[in-house]
Formats: sequence, C-alpha cells, structure tokens
Amino acid sequence: MKMLLRLALIPFIFFLSNSAYANDEPVQFSNKHQEQRFYDLIEEIRCLVCQNQSLADSNAPLAQDLREEVYQMIISEKQDEYIMQFLVERYGDFVLYRPPLKQDTWLLWFGPFLLLIIAIVIAIILVKKQSNSSTINNNISEEEQQRLTKILNEDSNKGEQ
Amino acid sequence: MIRYLLPLGLFIGLVIIFIYGLQHDPRHVPSPLIDKPAPTFILPTLRSPDINIQLEDLKGKVSLINVWASWCVACRTEHPLLVEATSNNNDLNLYGLNYKDKRDDALQWLQQLGNPYIESAFDESGSIGIDYGVYGVPETFVLDKNGIIRYKHIGPINKHQLDTIILPLVKELESQSS
Repeated sequence: MKMLLRLALIPFIFFLSNSAYANDEPVQFSNKHQEQRFYDLIEEIRCLVCQNQSLADSNAPLAQDLREEVYQMIISEKQDEYIMQFLVERYGDFVLYRPPLKQDTWLLWFGPFLLLIIAIVIAIILVKKQSNSSTINNNISEEEQQRLTKILNEDSNKGEQ
Repeated sequence: MIRYLLPLGLFIGLVIIFIYGLQHDPRHVPSPLIDKPAPTFILPTLRSPDINIQLEDLKGKVSLINVWASWCVACRTEHPLLVEATSNNNDLNLYGLNYKDKRDDALQWLQQLGNPYIESAFDESGSIGIDYGVYGVPETFVLDKNGIIRYKHIGPINKHQLDTIILPLVKELESQSS
C-alpha cells in the first residue's frame, strides 16, 4: 500500500520539476504564440554545460543566460531561424538537437542505415552459406546411405523396446 | 578460417573505435569561431569601471584572451602557469575576460594570486562570453594580428599544452605580417 502511494507520487515530482523552472525566471509574453515558440525552441537547443539536457531542462547558469537570450530575441520579434543561427554561430551545430544535413554530419545521419545494410548483407551471406552446406551434406555415397539407414533402423528399434 | 578471423577482425575493429572514442573528450566542442574575426566588444576594465577596453585595443599584435572568474575552480589550477608564462615571456600579450564575476572578488583574486593580464575586461552579465561561445571557464583564445581567432582552448591549460601548442602558435602568428 505504501509502495503504491509512493508510485502515485512520482508524476507529481515531474510536475514539480517542470513548474520549478517557470518559477525561477518568470517569463512574460505578449501572446500565446510567442510563448509556444519560446518553449519549443528551448527544447530544441542543447545545453553545452550538461550536454544531455536541453536548455529547458538545464539549471546551469549558462543555460539560464541562453534562455534569457532566446527570450529577448523572441520578444524583439526575431524569427526562429535567426535565433538558431545566432546560437550556431557561437556554439556550432552541436547546440542543435537536430543537426543539419551536411558533409560533416553525413555519417551521423546515414551511419545507422549503412550499418543496417551491412548487417543485411552479412545475414544473406550466412543464410546462403548455410543452405549450400546442407545441400553438400545430401550428396553422400551409396555406401554411406546404407550405413545411415542401418543406424537409423537400429535407433528406432531401440526406441520401440 | 574466415569463421575465426572474422570475429577477431570485428573485435579488433571495435577496440580501435573505442580507443579512438576514449581519446576524444565529448566536452570539447569544436568552436565555429576558429578562423573567424573575434566578436567585437567594448567593456569596462576590471580595475576601473570608467576605463573601457575594446577588441581594437588588441589588434596589431598576436594576443591571448583568457576567460576566467574568481568562482572558477579550474582557473585557480591554471593561474600559476599563466603568471609564469607571462613573466618568462614579455612578448606574450595576455588579456583576461573576467566572466560573470564580482569586481571585488576578482580584484582580490588577482591580488592574491598575481596578475598575468595586461588588462582584464569585466563581463559582468556574460553577454560577451556568449558572443565568444564560452561554455566552460577557463577558456583561452589565440588571436592573430588582425583579430582573427586562430585557436581556442577549453578548460585549464597545462604546461605541456602551453609549450607544444599555444606558444609555438603564437610564435608562428607573430612571424606573419598583418
């Protein structure tokens, strides 16, 4: 019962951690659209201090500054592209959770598919080899066939006893 | 034969990839500012709010900008090396960018540990830090005579890095005409 109660509290922890951010730095927007853009953007941008967190998640001082920077740019009517460009110019493509497709990121985008293709090719080769070797085993001589029948018969006789 | 060699080959391949991966610090993010003009700034100096320092003041000579703060523990590790380097080498133009610090704390820090900087710019809000893509103090930028960023070092510099990377680069850049 106690366990159940604890489990039931877990969602509230997440709820609290989310609202904690909003309380930290009160942000005010003139319209809902700007607010939505702000929250969408800071989810898309990586915090460089704690690299597996987005700007929205991170409490690092730099993340706070960058959120402020993004906020200022949004209320001064800057486009999303401008804001992303601003950050990429300073911190590189690494700040984007969705890196652009270019020569440097080619392996990042297509590497997994490349591995998949390699895996499929290997699988096909292995399966083919297996079926080849089983056909070879079928080509046994007359003498071997007789021995095989004999052994099999012996075995089945034993089984019946 | 290939049955045994293939897994062995794969294993060796994996080990090579792992070794390669382990030698790369994921915290070291390549800066897009390399070979680009250093972002301009006009900031008050640390020693006096009434005196400004700007990027133009650094041009004409090869210079280093070291981003530091009194609250930064790694800066404390690096600091004696900077003091030593500048006292051994009078031609080394080392400037400080005092990042998100309190003026009194920073001044006291320099008084206690020595001041290797020609001048420190006082970036209280950290906005110039953002322009320079600073994310982990200390960071050190090497600027050529024209104010182009030629190198960026993230984290504290050690003696080896100073002697093998930074000082030779400064020397090389100094030999170039502006």
